[in-house]
Amino acid sequence: MLAKLFFGLLITIAAVLALLLILTVIGGIIAGLLAPFVGSVPISYNFHSVRARWTSTIVAILGIAGTVGVFVAMLSLARGFRATLVASGSPGNALVMRAGATSEMMGGITLDSVKVMQDAPGIARDESGPLVTQEVVGVVPFPLVSTGTDANVQVRGVSPNVLRIRTFAKITQGRMFAPGVSELVVGKNASRTYSGLTVGNTITFGGGRWQVVGVFDSGGSSFDSEVWCDAHILNQVLKRPDNIFQSATVHLASPDSFQHFKDAVTSDPRMNVDVVREIDYYAKQSTTMTRLITILGGLVAAIMAVGAVFGALNTMYSAVAERGREIATMRAIGFSTWNVILSFLFEALLISFVAGIVGCLAVLPLNGLTTNTMNFQTFSNLAFAFKITFDLLLMGVLFALVMGVLGGLLPAIRAAFRPVAVSLREL
Amino acid sequence: MKFGSLILANLLRKKIRLLLTIGSFAVALFLFAFLGVVRDAFNRGADVAGADRLVIINRTSIINPIPLSYRDKILHIPGVKYITHNNWFGGVYKDEKNFFPQFVIDPENQRQVFPEFSVPEDQWNTFVKDREGAIVGERTMERFHWKVGDRIPIKTTLYGGGSWEFNIDGVYRGKRAQDDETQFWFQWDYFEERIPDRLKGNIGWYVLRVDNPEQSPRIAKTIDEEFANSPYETKTETESAFAAGWVKQFGNIRFLIVTIGSVVFFTLLLVTGNTMAISVRERTSELAVLKAIGFSDRSVLFFILGEALVIALIGGLLGLLLATLAIPVLATALNGMLPNLILSPALLAFGLLTALLVGIASGILPGIGAMRMRVVHALRRV
Repeated sequence: MLAKLFFGLLITIAAVLALLLILTVIGGIIAGLLAPFVGSVPISYNFHSVRARWTSTIVAILGIAGTVGVFVAMLSLARGFRATLVASGSPGNALVMRAGATSEMMGGITLDSVKVMQDAPGIARDESGPLVTQEVVGVVPFPLVSTGTDANVQVRGVSPNVLRIRTFAKITQGRMFAPGVSELVVGKNASRTYSGLTVGNTITFGGGRWQVVGVFDSGGSSFDSEVWCDAHILNQVLKRPDNIFQSATVHLASPDSFQHFKDAVTSDPRMNVDVVREIDYYAKQSTTMTRLITILGGLVAAIMAVGAVFGALNTMYSAVAERGREIATMRAIGFSTWNVILSFLFEALLISFVAGIVGCLAVLPLNGLTTNTMNFQTFSNLAFAFKITFDLLLMGVLFALVMGVLGGLLPAIRAAFRPVAVSLREL
Repeated sequence: MKFGSLILANLLRKKIRLLLTIGSFAVALFLFAFLGVVRDAFNRGADVAGADRLVIINRTSIINPIPLSYRDKILHIPGVKYITHNNWFGGVYKDEKNFFPQFVIDPENQRQVFPEFSVPEDQWNTFVKDREGAIVGERTMERFHWKVGDRIPIKTTLYGGGSWEFNIDGVYRGKRAQDDETQFWFQWDYFEERIPDRLKGNIGWYVLRVDNPEQSPRIAKTIDEEFANSPYETKTETESAFAAGWVKQFGNIRFLIVTIGSVVFFTLLLVTGNTMAISVRERTSELAVLKAIGFSDRSVLFFILGEALVIALIGGLLGLLLATLAIPVLATALNGMLPNLILSPALLAFGLLTALLVGIASGILPGIGAMRMRVVHALRRV
């Protein structure tokens, strides 16, 4: 009981302190930014002093810029990973898997179920019939161009009409595979990442010879890291039963007909399946990796931020110490304590703002750079790009300003409250 | 240390600055240890690999099976000592978030091939007799607060689906710190009995031990040739090559970590170097007086380097101490997301060494400046 009370008290105190800190930081940023308008110490003084102590200034800038850079880079990595998987889903498509399956790899639906599905309400049709692609996924090792070692590629057996269901995918080079033949089309990232996956090439896997006949672009989604072929052929090669598929993707008549389709399919006693919107399925797939990157990145940035605040504090304290006489003179000729604090805060914010911009500019070239990692859900390799958006840059600059206030506030207060007479007498 | 008290007095002259500089060192070393531990965690596979072990997987795809009937043929190849087989179960305990690997094992040979995992003899005997028995790694036991004797359900959608129930008969522990203690093992017989007929007789992968690791390449080649052109071609690799290939698929984690680490150290060097430079600048006249009353140029350099080294040493030790305390807590918090986080003594030693090098580097320029300083000029300045 006592221990609980103690912990409760501790948490309350911590919360109050955190709140005070946040308020101080926000107040500090606002006050510092308003300094040129409300303070009476001219801001040209700050520019001069920053220039006069350029070594210390550069050190502080680099410290904060490094932190901001790592922060933005990590977040953009997490964003990029998520964006790649989310782009793989289309709100107009529904994914059907065996009930309880958490990923396509675990699915299993029979050809009979697929046939039932084709007559379900809410499904889109065109002249070729209902728009359903029943799919099989395999994981096949191919050598990476970069290291020469094998990495797992997701090979997806699809129906020949797949391009009418995943309408965002387009053949950019060569042609689509012909049904019933050992031909492959490869995603644009897969074509770049693995050796041998270029149009015209013949490769062997699973005991068969495959002709690469085309490259497709699916708009930066995870399909760009895949290889597609005819589902029936892939089933034969992987020695799986011919009439069992792992998932089916259905193009809906309209995004609104999802519920209609889902109710019809899940209530049908002939099937035991789950229906999810394709976009939800892929968003969920990205959570493990996104969380891992965000947590690790957040931890690293937080630790670095503490270090950068120490650096900024050191710089500002040294600045205050070196300028004892200047500050005392300002006070002696009539500037108030408040004005001196504002002036120092402004200087700290100036430094950190520049640092924030420098940090963001330094990582900006990463935008769009693709990198690979393992997707835990499918055990296969996935290419994705760093995605640096405007709001991430804004967050980076804000982060820099927070570090600036934390590093500048105490030295500013110390500067303002030094007794004038003593400081003037020093040296 | 006859100048010890002088160095100490100089250090304590600006207490806030001293604290901040030590703090910067501590933070940098903490981060260093953290990044090092994460990098090791991603590379763990290669450390745990047995030098005398080979892994055989299906050449077409790692998720495709291999027939159990290959076992005896492989065992007849000269140089093969023990062989065991595993399957990946891929089940879910209550919620998808509770991920841990479940392996179907062959109780007869598991312990000969993986001697690094130890199970108390009585627990192992119970397990062997219990068809629905399971042996669970200690970390997973702790994570879900399981006890020996518990009966737990694991849901699967593969292998005919449904919820499979297991009795926890024992706990295994790794003999080395880096061994994976998260696995869940259960019996091949139970597995084979419950799965649909069309899947029977297939295993996921073989692991074998050879008499002499130098023979591994020849044995691997013999095995793969034996099954070439069969419906199930094999791919045999040493366990470390298999693990290294797996790690490479995570992308260039090493590059990422080395980049962040260098940014941090570069910044640290600048911060401390700058602080040392300021503190030397402030003391120009004092140092000149020291030289004027007869201290040699060398001893002035020694004072300044000494100061820098003391700061680096204290800050570095503090940071590593913090890391030693915090990393077990982090490891618990991240349980299940990353392999075991282990802070190795080698990493600690390397961290401290780096801290001292940065300390020397930050003190050397101001120190040389002070050493070369002409006494007359310096005294005239103020």
